[in-house]
Amino acid sequence: MSVATPSVPSLAGIAARRGQAPVPTDAPVKIDVDRMNFYYGAKRALDGISIRIHANLVTAFIGPSGCGKSTFLRSLNRMNDIIPATRVEGTVLIDGQNIYGPGVDVVELRRRVGMVFQKSNPFPKSIFENVAYGLRINNMARSKSEMNDRVEESLRQAAIFDEVKDRLHESALALSGGQQQRLCIARALAIRPEILLMDEPASALDPIATQRIEELIYDLKKNYTIVIVTHNMQQAARVSDHTAFFWLGRLVEYERTDRIFTAPAEKLTEDYVTGRCG
Amino acid sequence: MKHRADLVFRTVALGTLVLALVALAALVYDIVSGGLGRLDWAFLTNMASRRPEDAGIYHALAGSIWVIVLTAALALPLGVAAAVYLEEYGTRSRIARLIEINIANLAAVPSIIYGLLGLGVFVRFMGMGRSVLAGACTLALLALPVVILSTREALRTVPGSIREGSYALGATKWQTIWYQVLPMALPGILTGLILSLSRAIGETAPLITIGALTYIPFAPDSVWSPFTVLPIQIFNWVSRPQAAFKENAAAGILVLMLLLLFMNAIAVFLRDRFQRQGRS
Repeated sequence: MSVATPSVPSLAGIAARRGQAPVPTDAPVKIDVDRMNFYYGAKRALDGISIRIHANLVTAFIGPSGCGKSTFLRSLNRMNDIIPATRVEGTVLIDGQNIYGPGVDVVELRRRVGMVFQKSNPFPKSIFENVAYGLRINNMARSKSEMNDRVEESLRQAAIFDEVKDRLHESALALSGGQQQRLCIARALAIRPEILLMDEPASALDPIATQRIEELIYDLKKNYTIVIVTHNMQQAARVSDHTAFFWLGRLVEYERTDRIFTAPAEKLTEDYVTGRCG
Repeated sequence: MKHRADLVFRTVALGTLVLALVALAALVYDIVSGGLGRLDWAFLTNMASRRPEDAGIYHALAGSIWVIVLTAALALPLGVAAAVYLEEYGTRSRIARLIEINIANLAAVPSIIYGLLGLGVFVRFMGMGRSVLAGACTLALLALPVVILSTREALRTVPGSIREGSYALGATKWQTIWYQVLPMALPGILTGLILSLSRAIGETAPLITIGALTYIPFAPDSVWSPFTVLPIQIFNWVSRPQAAFKENAAAGILVLMLLLLFMNAIAVFLRDRFQRQGRS
């Protein structure tokens, strides 16, 4: 499916192999990206990305800062559309539909592809209203009791309900950082997306809060396809099934996580995961 | 040597501050001593009169409140809508830049120009006559640039992460603005509105131009009523020869100052709340 695109000499071997062999798994393909380029103005930030992301698995994106992994993640729900002068080439299929094709409803796409950000960003409203917001704007709760049920269900899924059940109508800004991030996960889950994109969701949290988020990710993959960007290689190794290594806007290697960390095919990957570069 | 320069600078700075404060204090003292004796309930509830001891400020106070409330009702939706368009929807085109520069310039246009515009457009062309509505429309034009500028400022302080969080939940641009951005910007918007209204309530020139100077012995009862406002009534009293009317003018200034103080207090209160919200 992939055709090698022109590349700098040192990466020629990588380009030739890139994306050719899907990771061996029985899971169906959820996201199928083919030779995708991404531009900030004239600057090419992503170069010929081809990758197949599988349903109900956790896929981690790793790589040094500025390698394009966050940009790529944000292109999967067209969050980059907000940034002026950005442009995408190639195709990104979700369930076979090109999300950059003509006539695609971006609002509907983002409802199906939820996102959790690096810095927790609860709305300056109550805990309840934070979760209810997505349900309200999408008309997803027909009655007050249904609204209450779905808010509670989402908070339970995000493993935060017991901590906040007595203060649902207090400000979300009073929560700790880790709680705020789980609230943001609950908020994303409330509208029942199919895919959950997580952009370094634990990078601002302490080790205990991080561990809770990681356990949560493990539980959530039963029902969701999860893509997570992380700077932390131990975290990628712990939570993900597949790992994609990005370098200078290219996808260098995409493999089962255990293989990436024990027997990477690329020298560059090995150097990065062992801490020799990046 | 450096320390002496520092000392000189501090002394000069302090001196100018004291000078300004003394001038202000003298002004306030002059007004309070002249007007406080005249300020009582009857003064607030009496209409204008030829006899200075019977004359009150009620009609002018009512006129000011009518005009300012109507001005707010006109300037707030128009100003916020314009600012939302410029800040959230307008592209960075040359026309948008031109509009931006013009709005900044409009904020500095002498108010009498607005009065002439109001006379031509609202009073004559649109046939509103010398009514409260025409006055409010004129003052709304005067307040609009400041409302637009401060609203844009307030919209810019809403963090991008809040917008992204809303978009990521499948919100449209309009839903994001209406449910997240505007509520967060509201205290800043209201602060700007009240400050611009504080300026508008003290305006005399544009309202004289549209004909609010005529002797009006009653309070307005609808937007079509003729009217007068506090600064014009004060101006009227000051220009009379009898000393007793000067006392009335001083008392009228006190009323206007208290009204301004009250409005600015609301602005400070809102700003304070906004800052606390941002911190937590």
